[in-house]
Amino acid sequence: MTTDALRATRAARERLVWLAGLALGVLVLPWHNSVPSGASPFIPSALGLAADGRGWLWPLVLVLPLLVWTGMRDAAGRVFLTLAVGGFVLLVAQGFAVGLRGPSIDWMAGVFPASMQGQTGFGWGGFVSGAALLGLIAHALALRGFCRGDRFAGSAIVFIVALLGLFVFFPILKLALAAFVGPDGELAFAPFLARLFAPEIWRLDCLTGGRRCGVVINSLVLGLLAATICTTLGLALALIVSRTSFRFKQTLRALSILPIITPPFVVGVAIIVLFGRTGLITVWGAELFDIRPTRWVYGLTGILMAQVLAFTPITFLVLLGTVEAVNPTLEEASQTLGAGPVKTFFKITWPLLRPGIAAAFLLAFIESLADFGNPIVLGGGYEVLSTRIFFAVVGARYDLGNAATLAMILLSLTLIAFWLQQRWLGKKSYVTVTGKSDAGLASTLPFGLRGVAWAAVIPFVLFTLGVYAVVLIGGFVHDIGRWDLTPTFAHLRTAFAFEIGAEGLEFYGSAWNSMQTTLLVSAIAAPLTTLVGIMTAWLVARQDFAGKNAFEFGTMLSFAIPGTVVGVSYVAAFNVPPVDITGTAAILVICFVFRNMPVGMRAGLAAFAQIDRSMEEASQTMGAGGAATLRRVVLPLVKPAVFTALVYSFVTAMTAVSAVIFLVSARHNMATAYIMGRVEAGEYALAITYSTVLMIVMIVCIVLIQLLVGARKLGRRREFQGQTTPAE
Amino acid sequence: MTDEIAIEFAEVTKRYGTAVAVDNISFSIAKGEMVTFLGPSGCGKTTSLRLIAGLELPTTGVVRIAGRDVSQRAASERNVGMVFQSYALFPHMNVLENVAYGPVIRGEAKATARARAHEILEQIGLAGLSARLPSELSGGQQQRVAVARAIVQQPDVLLFDEPLSNVDAKLRRKVRGEIRDLQKRFGLTAVYVTHDQEEALAVSDRIVVMQAGRIAQIGSPRDLYERPASPFVADFIGDANLISGQVSGGRFRAADLDLPMQGNEGAAQISLRPERIALSPGSGSPSGKVLSCTYLGSRWEYEIETGFAELLASRPMTEPPIAPGTDVSLTIPDNAPIRVA
Ligand SMILES: Nc1ncnc2c1ncn2[C@@H]1O[C@H](COP(=O)(O)OP(=O)(O)O)[C@@H](O)[C@H]1O
Ligand SMILES: [Mg+2]
Repeated sequence: MTTDALRATRAARERLVWLAGLALGVLVLPWHNSVPSGASPFIPSALGLAADGRGWLWPLVLVLPLLVWTGMRDAAGRVFLTLAVGGFVLLVAQGFAVGLRGPSIDWMAGVFPASMQGQTGFGWGGFVSGAALLGLIAHALALRGFCRGDRFAGSAIVFIVALLGLFVFFPILKLALAAFVGPDGELAFAPFLARLFAPEIWRLDCLTGGRRCGVVINSLVLGLLAATICTTLGLALALIVSRTSFRFKQTLRALSILPIITPPFVVGVAIIVLFGRTGLITVWGAELFDIRPTRWVYGLTGILMAQVLAFTPITFLVLLGTVEAVNPTLEEASQTLGAGPVKTFFKITWPLLRPGIAAAFLLAFIESLADFGNPIVLGGGYEVLSTRIFFAVVGARYDLGNAATLAMILLSLTLIAFWLQQRWLGKKSYVTVTGKSDAGLASTLPFGLRGVAWAAVIPFVLFTLGVYAVVLIGGFVHDIGRWDLTPTFAHLRTAFAFEIGAEGLEFYGSAWNSMQTTLLVSAIAAPLTTLVGIMTAWLVARQDFAGKNAFEFGTMLSFAIPGTVVGVSYVAAFNVPPVDITGTAAILVICFVFRNMPVGMRAGLAAFAQIDRSMEEASQTMGAGGAATLRRVVLPLVKPAVFTALVYSFVTAMTAVSAVIFLVSARHNMATAYIMGRVEAGEYALAITYSTVLMIVMIVCIVLIQLLVGARKLGRRREFQGQTTPAE
Repeated sequence: MTDEIAIEFAEVTKRYGTAVAVDNISFSIAKGEMVTFLGPSGCGKTTSLRLIAGLELPTTGVVRIAGRDVSQRAASERNVGMVFQSYALFPHMNVLENVAYGPVIRGEAKATARARAHEILEQIGLAGLSARLPSELSGGQQQRVAVARAIVQQPDVLLFDEPLSNVDAKLRRKVRGEIRDLQKRFGLTAVYVTHDQEEALAVSDRIVVMQAGRIAQIGSPRDLYERPASPFVADFIGDANLISGQVSGGRFRAADLDLPMQGNEGAAQISLRPERIALSPGSGSPSGKVLSCTYLGSRWEYEIETGFAELLASRPMTEPPIAPGTDVSLTIPDNAPIRVA
């Protein structure tokens, strides 16, 4: 077939698919997720409902024949595009125009009396039609030259933008609005101001000897302290690893992923076991000094301990990168100019490290602010933003307005830190890594500094070992809380008992349910997250389109939003029509996909920077569209990035808590929520057992993913990438 | 060569933001012709080539391939073959798979696609390397695989972006000869981008000289060398002495230079090729003084100071050299100067 004919048939076939989808969505599939009360259509599709007196659906239904008609004549024309855009706008507009209890626009009640009965959220019909209209918009745009005429890339952009809009920005917008909703449900400034300046947020009493400070102050104090300690420890570790003759570098690097696969709460529980009122260390210390053991660890101290343990590995990895990027020749130059090692360190090395240190600090700060698991276990009376938000939504005093206000504050703080971090990172890249050479040997750490570094690191290492020892044995002894160390499998049995009976395999354990959901949701979310992340990276790296910078910024932004904020924003956005999907398993998957997608994106961006773009262009000139190019050329070359993204998104989905805790339901409970319940009930051993099992499952899954993706086969390809030069 | 038009640009402009990479250019290329885009770095050659390939779409204007408007058409939906500067072979496919990629993508059965790829590889003399990965080939072999991959589909046009920039300086002459042979043998329409004027002169039927996003001149290599239309073209193609003066009464005058010249009266500029200036020691008109004399193996190159310009002259090595500091008289044939402005 000639290229021309091939092109015409392919384009026509794609158009047909979208139009058929739209027809299906509008004419056949149920438009809503349940038939609105008072409606009795002959078929619950948009057509049926429109015929049943819900006239506001007619314009949307009529778009279909118009699109078919113009599509057959001139799909590249302006009319077709306008119709597709118009159809989509109509779809969104009708969704918001009539809520569950009636129209949100006054004149609608007069024109369409049926709108008084309200309408339910989108069902399959609504979603399929929306997708089809987006597909048609992208199709029309590509025929008009968008994305250099590549219909696949065009659709990818349109869909990703729409999904980000729906699942990242729309919820945040709803959340921001919720902050302004007064007790009587009216939008107003006054309630927002009242909440914003409430004393329990900003109070400084703790400084003046009074009792407690406001939550924002608490969060900031915690964040700054945690960031300071983590950065110091991370730097000490990084210096020891790269600037002394330390031999276990690889081991330490490997171990630094431990906190990532450690489920939340378990560290907190271990700290309670060690330092709580009846904890081993507390009791021992009390005997030593002959004082009464107290609950000293609950509050700022305990949260700090847990966060230091959890976030130091992150700062360590960032700072190790920075330290290793310092060009040894600079230090050698300084030494040949007569500066001693100490002077060289402070005059040369230190200034080069500073941007990396700032970046690590801000990263730890952001993590600390967003942390939910540790404050809730160890906080005692020390409330921080994330826990307060949680209790405002989940607790007895349900107050979405207040939760929204607090969430906006938390979001603002994080975004400021994120923005600062981006600035520092931007600078870092041109300060340190210029002409990195392997030639020079890095100078060793001055003797005094080495002592300081070890002094900081040793207690941290002991502490970490203690905590993980508790985690390791806690699940398999009688009662770790009371130091009854009789070995037992009782907890494992409680959680994961099963039997092969007459009915086949039967699961009795109380944890099976949440375990299944967790595995299923994570297994669905991980490949989707990877797909969206890598696709987004590909679009950013390889396509030119209007609004690309905003697009990139938006995706990165979604990474900076703390999980707690995401959780409440989903509650605010998806509890009500037009998109009411809370309580489903889908919302869990969606939540993970859009929270973790930036990691896949970063991995992808790094990979694409290594690969000469002309290979994809070659594929295109040989007749491959975006999809074929992606599948046959791009993905095989970015396998390591795919692996990273898969593993990361899987593991985070397994261990995430801050956002999903708002979204779990009795039917779809997640492992972390289950563990949190056990911790609250004081069943520490069960919590630890479950966590241990989770960690083992994750490790097994990581190995499986590795085998599946075959990351190691790429050795030979790497060297090839080096020899291709970027086109002029 | 037929007179059928293979490629046509009609008032094509490509902007990146506010920067104009290609500025309102129009030209057409006949079927079976080999045309070179020549110009200094950044003048828009690659962009023009990519506009043909569909890797960029024009901001305004129309691109036609084989008579069809393809302005808004994606690269994958045009029938072009392209040889990239970096060759862009797929590192995870062997030579045969690389060459068969296009036919497979365009929907041919795997067996036929492979057979076709094999045939092309045989014609290019690479059949023995089918099973190798690109990383196991030499630079020259990679380049030939890239060419095989680009022509296996019988493209409407074959595009080359500086294909010799990764080839050993010594091999360049040979490889460019091979490319030209191939183009003729398969009767391909080809567009070739280079910044090297010698390369352009050697391989092209016609050359499009570009300057700052615009076309400075289009013509055969001989046209461009012997009848440059502007000082830029004269200077860019070969060496040229550009001399400003006045035309009046059918004569061009600048200081003691006085040559016959037709055309408009008034200020004018001429181009004078170095090899058209004969030198003899002694005084005369026009006169000059040798500043330097350089031995270049095949010829002598002189810098001469005159009353109207500092001239470059080149003389065959069979003539005896003239020492620096010597006064000389210049002899310029009447047909040597070309009026360029
Ligand atoms: N993707 C791009 N974005 C912005 N400017 C570009 C891009 N590609 C090329 N340019 C600019 O367009 C001009 C012409 O570029 P190019 O066609 O590559 O020149 P040449 O190949 O002749 O060296 C240059 O000034 C270049 O900087
Ligand atoms: Mg170029």
